[in-house]
Amino acid sequence: MPSIVKPLIPLAPLAKNELGLTIRDYEGAMSTLCAGCGHDSITAAITHTFWELSTPPHTIAKLSGIGCSSKTPTYFVRGAHGFNSAHGRMATIATGAAAANRELTYIGISGDGDSLSIGIGHLAHAIRRNVKMVYVIENNGVYGLTKGQLSASADIGTRPKKGEANVVAPIDPIMLGLAMGATFLARSFSGDKEQLIPILKAAVAHNGLALIDVISPCVTFNDHEGSTKSYRFMREHEVKEVVTDYVPVREEIEVSLAGRGTRSVTMHDGSVLTFRTVPEGYDPTNRLKVEEYIREHQRHGEIVTGLLYLDESAHSMHEINHTPRDGLNKVPFSVLCPGSAALEDLMTDFR
Amino acid sequence: MTIDAAPTVRVNDFAIKLANVNGTGSASANSLLMQAIFRMGIPVSGKNLFPSNIQGLPTWYEIRVNKSGYTARALEYDLMVAMNAQTYAEDIAAVSSGGYVLFDSSWPLDDDLVREDVKFLGVPLARLCLDNFTRPRERILMKNIAYAGAIVALLGIDAELVRALLAETFARNEALRDSNQKALSLGYDFALETFDCPLPFRVEAMAATDSILIDGNTATALGALYAGATVAGWYPITPATAVMDNFTKLCATYRREAVPGEHDGDAPTVKNNYIILQAEDEIAAIGMVLGGGWSGARSFTSTSGPGISLMNELLGLAYYTEIPAVIVDVQRTGPSTGMPTRTQQADILLCAYASHGDTKHILIFPANPAECFEFAVAAFDLAEHFQTPVFVLLDLDIGMNDWVVPKLTWDDSFVPDRGRVLTDEDLAGMKEFFRYANADAEHVAARTLPGSDSKGAYFIRGSGHDRFGRYTENPAEYQEIVDRLKLKHASAAAHVPAPVVLRRPGATLGIITVGGCDLAVREAIDLLADRDLPADFLRVRGFPFVTDVRAFVESHEHCFVVEQNRDGQLRSLIAIETGVPIESMHSILAYGGFPLSAAQVVDGVVAHLDLANRKD
Repeated sequence: MPSIVKPLIPLAPLAKNELGLTIRDYEGAMSTLCAGCGHDSITAAITHTFWELSTPPHTIAKLSGIGCSSKTPTYFVRGAHGFNSAHGRMATIATGAAAANRELTYIGISGDGDSLSIGIGHLAHAIRRNVKMVYVIENNGVYGLTKGQLSASADIGTRPKKGEANVVAPIDPIMLGLAMGATFLARSFSGDKEQLIPILKAAVAHNGLALIDVISPCVTFNDHEGSTKSYRFMREHEVKEVVTDYVPVREEIEVSLAGRGTRSVTMHDGSVLTFRTVPEGYDPTNRLKVEEYIREHQRHGEIVTGLLYLDESAHSMHEINHTPRDGLNKVPFSVLCPGSAALEDLMTDFR
Repeated sequence: MTIDAAPTVRVNDFAIKLANVNGTGSASANSLLMQAIFRMGIPVSGKNLFPSNIQGLPTWYEIRVNKSGYTARALEYDLMVAMNAQTYAEDIAAVSSGGYVLFDSSWPLDDDLVREDVKFLGVPLARLCLDNFTRPRERILMKNIAYAGAIVALLGIDAELVRALLAETFARNEALRDSNQKALSLGYDFALETFDCPLPFRVEAMAATDSILIDGNTATALGALYAGATVAGWYPITPATAVMDNFTKLCATYRREAVPGEHDGDAPTVKNNYIILQAEDEIAAIGMVLGGGWSGARSFTSTSGPGISLMNELLGLAYYTEIPAVIVDVQRTGPSTGMPTRTQQADILLCAYASHGDTKHILIFPANPAECFEFAVAAFDLAEHFQTPVFVLLDLDIGMNDWVVPKLTWDDSFVPDRGRVLTDEDLAGMKEFFRYANADAEHVAARTLPGSDSKGAYFIRGSGHDRFGRYTENPAEYQEIVDRLKLKHASAAAHVPAPVVLRRPGATLGIITVGGCDLAVREAIDLLADRDLPADFLRVRGFPFVTDVRAFVESHEHCFVVEQNRDGQLRSLIAIETGVPIESMHSILAYGGFPLSAAQVVDGVVAHLDLANRKD
């Protein structure tokens, strides 16, 4: 069960972050997923991200839907506030929570079934609203908890463990995001923490919905020959061309910006994101170019990873709605209730 | 044509019906008449019987004037204003014998429509407007105000008052105001010159009251504003849309402030102490409400039956994980799409047990807009006190029609009940925090809000959990939670609005009713008393039920439950939840989609008693 407590094994003194917390303080309960599950690697990357960013655990709200991926918020940052909701509905609850309290860092963990089938409408609209949150899709192409049915992200030709190969077109969350006006789109691979952690950090800093599609092989149901979401397939077909470095606002910026087509973007909170080894002609702020680039590689059976698209100029849900900076849930009742005199005045409108 | 002198004059006691084509501008003329009568201090109601359509279909508006306050829907009409040639036959047939029909005499009336027992008042409305207005749009629109002018003369409505109302309505548009005043005079003058005004049934001003004219959707929105609601998620649906439209307007007035010293371009930066999110569907709407409620903001949604159907999944989540939520259900006629612009009370059972698994919710039932305001405020207190969804069940008649109610007041000493929420200081004084442990006498456990100290962090889950909030598949641990939820629901009985009980000496009949049936049932009880059939009255205003409900059923030889649905849902709910045998209550049902009339109740009671007597 997810509530099994991880044994505390005393090791050499662990490094502390700015809050004086060790990586163990950002862990959660022991995972109950299958050994080798890609999701556990993502959990580790999230744990590291928040530790490295020194985010106070209690200021994190972690939400999920239903599925293997949605079990994982139990496995990171035990001091965070968690909400394991209903299948496909995470985005709606995260939207309401963020609406009520904009001071927290929201991270939603979802899967391809959760986000691309039952909850695709909610994902699309959360993107449109530009809810300030990190939205991770742990994408393995199958329904694990119900034992291996193909999901909407399964590529044509993907063969499930049992049954016929998939013949219907997959839904690519990055393409969906580009069409819905997403402001932050990244793809990564669960096996690549080195790439994933800077992306997660940038996502936390992003002023809006940061969608990260993480290909995360299912070792039990989708890691076989014929699967396009297997470890082997990913290792052979990943094109890691859009590499990013994330520099938090508090660090002095003196990163060497070598390499072809290097480009820096200052994030809303003042931190700096540097795209390095960006290929010729790739502009991560140009929606059309990004789409063209991804499609071109897809045609050759290649999966481009990295922070693929970023628009830091767009307004988030809170700016659009002019909500108070310290959160609606902190506005005192005396401010919210107009009082008896105002009601008395208003009554003349109903005479 | 002249009117014969009528033998009896009826003051402030009649009903008129206006038959129109929807989308032609008649609504404003009709509500102008009703508002004028209201301003004369006379109890009045206006029922809009409209189609689910934007333009071109028949629509009716009924005005009942009654000095004693019997303003439930009347079924007999003293005057028919027949403005829709498509429905002439049925409209003319609906007038009481001895009544009047006002029609547009620009065109002749077919001979076969004429009734000998009814007087026809022809007003050449189209001709008058054609002669006096030049713009095509005005020639059509102004016919409405012209017939209103004729009615003002025929009923003896204070014409100066009507002119003042028009001046208020069109204060910012001089041209439109002048056209309206002119059209009013056209009809008014024609009627005065042509007919013997006023008719035998007429209005006379009564003493001024403190009453207001308001619809339930507006009053509910006001309640949400005063309760301190800050997060709203919603999806447009008839007949609930105006709840959020009004909440939006009210928030723009009362919840928006300028941030000192900050500017957006030339304009000062504004801060909204609210957020209203138009969702992609009702599932998202309730999801947003749960997110807001979890985070400690008073959150609500407004919807109708189809929306409740969609929300079922997350309502169960809210119930099981104990998150406050307020759901305003303005009921319309089901099942399925049903008749979206017609009224019904057919979501009672749906809301009481919304979602799969063992669930049970708190319901409150306002009967009029004054209670909508009061109960909307109460709903937020109940939701946070009991950490659970609370449904406010209006119906279309309450929500969309204007009602005369005492003016709304507010007590500035009101302190909202935010329920058991632990602060960081509370947590500091505790050894450990567990979400569902340490419930109080009402079976409510304290919660923490996201953002509170890590000591108060926990993991909400819709999956099986124990009193510590941990995942469980253990039968005893699972049952402990759901058993407590049942007890918690039951303890809300003492907190929901108490039933209204009115007793008559010697009554052996008891009539239970709910919501918008209130006025019709009270009128019926007076009519039954006239027939030597004294009846006691109980109007349910909240679920779970207090023990009084069961006692009321048991203490009457004949107990009736009057409600507006096919299956007697309130009757079933009373039987299921109080244990009183369902056969001890007899249903009187009106579910065709129009508001209830006293006559339907009287007929139902009498028919049942006749049958019972015959059996004896």
